[in-house]
Amino acid sequence: MRDAAFWILAGTLLAAAAAVVTARSLFRAAFALALALASTAGLYLLAAAPLLAAVQILLYTGGVLTLVVFALVIAGGETEGARWRRPVPSLATAIVVFIALARIVGRAGLPPGPFAGVGTGAAIGRAILSEYLVAFELLSVLLLGAVFGALLLARRDRAS
Amino acid sequence: MTLTHVIVVALAMFAIGVFGVLARRHVVGVLLSIELMFNAVNLAIVAIASSRGALEGGVLVLFGIAITVAEIAVGLALVLVAHRVRKTGALDDLDTLKG
Repeated sequence: MRDAAFWILAGTLLAAAAAVVTARSLFRAAFALALALASTAGLYLLAAAPLLAAVQILLYTGGVLTLVVFALVIAGGETEGARWRRPVPSLATAIVVFIALARIVGRAGLPPGPFAGVGTGAAIGRAILSEYLVAFELLSVLLLGAVFGALLLARRDRAS
Repeated sequence: MTLTHVIVVALAMFAIGVFGVLARRHVVGVLLSIELMFNAVNLAIVAIASSRGALEGGVLVLFGIAITVAEIAVGLALVLVAHRVRKTGALDDLDTLKG
């Protein structure tokens, strides 16, 4: 059952990832990315991390998809002509990256055994608000900066 | 489903993202591919942390997701500005800084 779910999710994930880089229309690419992110959330569930799966769908899939579709509606996502720039060197680089990373991971060795989970939502929340409080506060400053930065950049009437 | 399976899927997704970053012709396509790479890294972190029962992995991924959403908001704002100034999002035409 778990194995079947894993293969279905992994297949969907890789097919959606391939669609992100091959789709001519960027709208399709954006929705393929949403599908890839959602199947990743499914894999998080299988890896015993339900909180992360929820955050992945709510924040990541929802947030990214909304922003990208907004930007595409305004800026337009179509390019004419060839589908890719430099497809052959890019493909070669991607294959080299895959092999190199696989060799590094293989040499490092992976811990066997089942997925024990990354802790309950309560445990993660307690860790964020105690041990990682400084990082948490810095993150809120970063988000504030990102909001101001995005607004400032995207403002139409800025004096230039 | 073992850790190795998940890591191989994550590596494949990362490699697809690398291809997309290098080969996509529109800025937004490159941003989407970067998201793909980022998601692959997250998947690897979650899988390894979960197989070790490590709480830190979950915290790291939560922070990472928040940072990425901020990053893509600023990135898309830049895309909009580029589109307004140069009237295009095609990378081949956005080469002013390329000496």
